[in-house]
Amino acid sequence: MSAPQDLPRWADVGLIPLLNVLAALLVSGIVVAIIGENPFDAMMVMLKGAFIYKGSLGYTLYYATNFIFTGLAVAVAFHALLFNIGGEGQAYLGGLGAGIVCLLFDSMLPALIMVPLAILASAGFGAIWGAIPGYLQAKRGSHIVITTIMFNFLAASIMVWLLAGSLKAPGQMSPETRSFTRSAELPFIHDIANSIGLEMARSPLNLSFVIALLACVGVWVLIWRSRLGYAIRTTGHSAGAAEYAGIPVSRVIIITMAISGGLAGMMAINEILGVQHRTILGFTSGYGFTGIAVALMGRNHPIGIVLASLLFGALYQGGAELDFEFSTINREMVLLIQGLIILFSGGLAYMFNRPLARLLGLWLNPGKNIPTTGAENG
Amino acid sequence: MDDLWLQFLLTIDATFRLATPLVLCAMAGIFSEKSGIIDISLEGKMLMSAFAAAAVAALTSSAMAGLWAAIGISVALGLLHGLASITLRGNQVISGLAINIMASGLTVTIGIAMFQKGGQTPSLARYERFRPIELPFADQLGQIPFLGPIYREVISGHNILVWVALIAVLFTAFILARTRFGLRLRAVGEKPEALDSAGISVVKTRFLALIIAGVLCGIAGAYLSTAHGSGFVREMTAGKGYIALAAMIFGKWQPRGALYACLLFGFLEALASRLQGIEIPFIGAAPVDLILALPYLLTVILLAGFVGRAVPPRAIGQPYIKER
Repeated sequence: MSAPQDLPRWADVGLIPLLNVLAALLVSGIVVAIIGENPFDAMMVMLKGAFIYKGSLGYTLYYATNFIFTGLAVAVAFHALLFNIGGEGQAYLGGLGAGIVCLLFDSMLPALIMVPLAILASAGFGAIWGAIPGYLQAKRGSHIVITTIMFNFLAASIMVWLLAGSLKAPGQMSPETRSFTRSAELPFIHDIANSIGLEMARSPLNLSFVIALLACVGVWVLIWRSRLGYAIRTTGHSAGAAEYAGIPVSRVIIITMAISGGLAGMMAINEILGVQHRTILGFTSGYGFTGIAVALMGRNHPIGIVLASLLFGALYQGGAELDFEFSTINREMVLLIQGLIILFSGGLAYMFNRPLARLLGLWLNPGKNIPTTGAENG
Repeated sequence: MDDLWLQFLLTIDATFRLATPLVLCAMAGIFSEKSGIIDISLEGKMLMSAFAAAAVAALTSSAMAGLWAAIGISVALGLLHGLASITLRGNQVISGLAINIMASGLTVTIGIAMFQKGGQTPSLARYERFRPIELPFADQLGQIPFLGPIYREVISGHNILVWVALIAVLFTAFILARTRFGLRLRAVGEKPEALDSAGISVVKTRFLALIIAGVLCGIAGAYLSTAHGSGFVREMTAGKGYIALAAMIFGKWQPRGALYACLLFGFLEALASRLQGIEIPFIGAAPVDLILALPYLLTVILLAGFVGRAVPPRAIGQPYIKER
């Protein structure tokens, strides 16, 4: 996870992620070719589907909104060297929080109060679902990875139980709440654009995208410009040193996980308040896991995360187009690409580093011997 | 009364069938994790091998060929995990996660391309699957009141892979506790530098552990699609790999403990499906969701040390670097 010392920074943040994506696309392309389709045709279909067709850019940005939230969630935890793979469950519970306050108050509160309240509730529920594994890690020594995995399943069980039970809209079969009133809705971007006279195609893109970008700024300030961020990064670099410097490591771990969970929970703003306008079963559909790929590619930096989210947004939207254009390949292709990107940028992170470092070394300072050590694990 | 007894026995019978993939995967997990490699890719390996088994069995009409394909693909994924986490010293959790996500995508992608059935494989005929083995005199002995049905319902009528799972537990326990390789395996997960200074290759030992884990996961996958089920359906592992991981932790990384945990989790699953839609006196509708969530809840509680203590191998998750 940490940057190896022997690569210049611009190469680590710019070149390596690019190589990772290219490698992932290359392998996926080979799979497409084996299946018997032309990988370049598939690529063109995805690009058109993601950017060219009417309204497609809106869809791409709508998916990207989800990934910004879950990517930021993973990144914040990464800075404290915590691996939060519970984004899926935290986002799911965020939807529960938003759903509960909307069901309770949407008929009596105006949008100006209702929407912020629902946002707070989704962040709050996500934060609790992140803070408990944080507490268990900090105080009880249970491994955050395992606990967050279990919490994903527990969240899924809770949601099935509630949505098929007490939260289910009366007189209806499908496991979902009733639709919220207008005051709990975030406006669509195309509605806003049309109201000020701009032509814009319909898409699920809504105001959450702006909130997501604000969250990016917030995370940047938090991590690099605040006292807490300093404590988080110090804990991540060396818990022992942090402890020695008087940083309350346990508390930092719990708070970091709460922030991380809260950000994941805010994914529900986009899905629940922005698009569905009711809490439904399985609305997270794996976006929490995509957040891991996004954070890895984005090098845990908000700008990188926005760029990676755009890439994954385009992949998801373009992937949906594959279903229509081909009979043999479909959107699950995107899952493969996503897995490969995680593999290349995470598991096989050091595969490109050393050859690239040597290549760059030869190019930048010829004749000098490049040390081959330095692949210390983070 | 007799009927209740039979119902109970049928639940126990279902417990064995549901616990089998968990047991195989949990033993796989013990091999990897005892050697110091975190293995959350149990799920993905099992999913890929379930697909491979069903696909090859459908094409060749041989369950055995399917089993070999399943083992092959699962070992290959294990080697990929090893390449990432042993050779390249990458992050083991991320590598495992990547394998799981790739498996989700690949199985459906290849499945649609091969069979055009929305990601499923064709339904397998009886002779293309591992069939139940009726033990001798099952019908006659089954007539004996009370005890007879135990033999007929619970012990007889399992397919060969159920028995393989049972043998896998004995095999794992024997290898770990009684062989030189087992000693090395445990050492490499606790203090790899000790093994290294004794002149034994850390890399080789860990790779061997991952290969054995791959074989076991492959059998588990083949069981799901060609013994328990009759064909592959998308996402058919449905988190079983993670439950096996939980069972392994619940069993404190010990074969026997993990076996009991798998049986417990299998029993909960069997109970839940039996209680589906049944009204229990004083409680109302059976809390099926709660029963199904219990494995996860119990594991969290155990890991947090509220009941007993589960301590992982000390060197787990750390890539071995010689100079350190």
